[in-house]
Amino acid sequence: MTIRFNDETFRDDYTFHNSPEAVRRFPFPFDHDSYMYSVNIEPHRRGQAGSVFQHRFDVDEHYIAEMRDREITLKDDPLRCQSLPHMELAGWDFLELVMTCKAEDYPDLFSLTRDGDRWHWINRPLGIDQRFTFLDATTLPCGPMEYITRQTQGDHALLDQREGNLWMDAGMITSQADWSLDFDIGMNFFEWHAPVPKAAEMGVFQRALKFLLNLQQGAPVRRLNWTMTVNPRLDTSPENYHKWGPEKRTLTPETVGAKQYLRVELQTLWRLPRSNAVAFPIRCYLCALEDIVTVPKWGRRLHRVLRDLPEELATYKGFSVNRPMIVDYLSKFDDGAPTSPGIFPDP
Amino acid sequence: MTARLLRVAKITPLSPLVTRFRFECPEGGTLPLFSGGAHVVVEMPDGGLLRRNAYSLISDPMDGSGYEIAVRREDAGRGGSRFMHSRVAEGDTLRIGAPVNLFSLDLRARKHVLIAGGIGITPFLAQLRQLIRLQLPFELHYAARSRAEAAGLALLPDLPQVHAHISDEGNRMDLGAILAGQPLGTHVYTCGPEGLIDAVAETATRLGWPRGALHSEAFLSPPPGAAFQVRLARSGKTITVAPHQSLLEALEEAQVDAPWLCRGGACGQCETVVLSCKGRIEHHDHFLTDAEKASQTRIMPCVSRFQGEDLTLDR
Ligand code: HEM
Repeated sequence: MTIRFNDETFRDDYTFHNSPEAVRRFPFPFDHDSYMYSVNIEPHRRGQAGSVFQHRFDVDEHYIAEMRDREITLKDDPLRCQSLPHMELAGWDFLELVMTCKAEDYPDLFSLTRDGDRWHWINRPLGIDQRFTFLDATTLPCGPMEYITRQTQGDHALLDQREGNLWMDAGMITSQADWSLDFDIGMNFFEWHAPVPKAAEMGVFQRALKFLLNLQQGAPVRRLNWTMTVNPRLDTSPENYHKWGPEKRTLTPETVGAKQYLRVELQTLWRLPRSNAVAFPIRCYLCALEDIVTVPKWGRRLHRVLRDLPEELATYKGFSVNRPMIVDYLSKFDDGAPTSPGIFPDP
Repeated sequence: MTARLLRVAKITPLSPLVTRFRFECPEGGTLPLFSGGAHVVVEMPDGGLLRRNAYSLISDPMDGSGYEIAVRREDAGRGGSRFMHSRVAEGDTLRIGAPVNLFSLDLRARKHVLIAGGIGITPFLAQLRQLIRLQLPFELHYAARSRAEAAGLALLPDLPQVHAHISDEGNRMDLGAILAGQPLGTHVYTCGPEGLIDAVAETATRLGWPRGALHSEAFLSPPPGAAFQVRLARSGKTITVAPHQSLLEALEEAQVDAPWLCRGGACGQCETVVLSCKGRIEHHDHFLTDAEKASQTRIMPCVSRFQGEDLTLDR
């Protein structure tokens, strides 16, 4: 299957759009009609053909446009990509993981040829043909983590494991839901999660960390997280809040369906071989409410979830101001019928 | 869970008590690489019991052609090492878990000082190769009673940073001398008898080393699994959980529905109500609170087991 890549933007004129197939494969995050934090971790198993779970690193119609958007963000603010010196080995591990997965899963788009430490990488969508020496950073145009994450959709954090904790010691973070790598760099699992309401008291972070410290190579796991974003903007960072924060006030009952997006993060966790670090890709999917409601089950369920969501969560996720308008819009697509279990559309 | 069946490719005695085992993929092919200090759990089907022992990987972490471990025969131990020494032959296959590292190098260190006592040399054999490959400054000190017992000697590279301290030859290890005068930012790693680990910690503390710069190895060996029976009240079945199976796997085999996500005792999905329990639940999860565990009214079938007369679950 070849992918037709969209020509689109995630800022200014916001020409981002989802094809009908992209809407059908959107990772709708709710398997029930209500939502609360939990340790929602499951094995990152290969999913159905066509779904975002089919491949280990999903490549979709937004690939090229997302990589262009990352370039713009990095040019304005190079600190979105940081790697403490001891994380270079983890960067190589991650580069190997992504290159081998993509070359195996998308042989028509990517290829990797290895002759000992001499590697040859071809990325056809981005027009890259690179020969380099594995573990020799002087043979790449930039560090290994930066190199591969400029070619991989989603944000990526690399966590060092020591003293029974995970430490955010490297990352490429340009499409985040209002948090900052420059602020969080060097923090541990509990420190960077401190702003999250309720979850710590519920023991979510304690249990999740224990699980992650035992994460095994070859057995990656995943979870879905979500928030609400006005306009299809990837860079919703605290650094640029002045650019996107005010856009929240531009919603009207007429435009809410088109301009309000459900933002879903497919987060995966991978144990890396040589460094024993953990890689944490955070892949962002955006879908306008008017597209969500084309799947009747999703329209009903999203209405119920957002209507009943505890206020602390709506405030933390930053959509309290618009919640009444959003719920009002969605209510028109909820006839009260029961919904089927699971996240996928009804056949 | 991610264990794989590997073939015993070579068995080499290293000393009267220590033997090296090399494992390879039966069909050829390569194994996942690992980081220095990682261990694997070796499963040994011993009659009705499935023994699981953890052993440090001693081969080159960057070489996926095989995994090597060194096993010291412990006649007073639980029997795993005796099994390896007496029952395993070249050509046999054993299930080996994925490498797990609870003793990894802290790559922030300016220098790494590795201190081994006896069989405690094993995790360092792999770390040495990693340090050499990454061109990081290090020093290794290996203490043994006699040259005959020092199984690691033959496996150590001939480098000026590698020091053997053989007490029989009047060359005892002097921790004070080793730890004094190390550059700022040095980390020290100890593996060996508890006495050695304590002595390093004491000396380092006396010399003002920061706690975060001290590391020592502690194995977490999953307990051997014995078979047990479980009654399932709702589905009206009685199932036997085999030694190598989890209770969750046994439920699935009997086609009894139990939800699950992580299969590692963390997410809470498979939490199951215990209707009656005459015996002791072996809780291995991170989910239930200590009070819940003590009450024996819940069990996490993905990791926990049971010993006793009767366990009845609401499934
Ligand atoms: C180890 C990799 C992980 C990293 C790097 C990470 C990072 C983050 C960051 C930076 C935030 C935003 C905090 C803020 O407001 O500043 C966050 C939020 C959160 N994280 Fe994690 N996280 C990780 C794993 C997990 C796991 C395994 C869980 C499992 C339960 C989890 C649960 C949450 C929750 C519930 C939130 C709040 C999200 C929301 O309501 O939008 N995280 N995480």
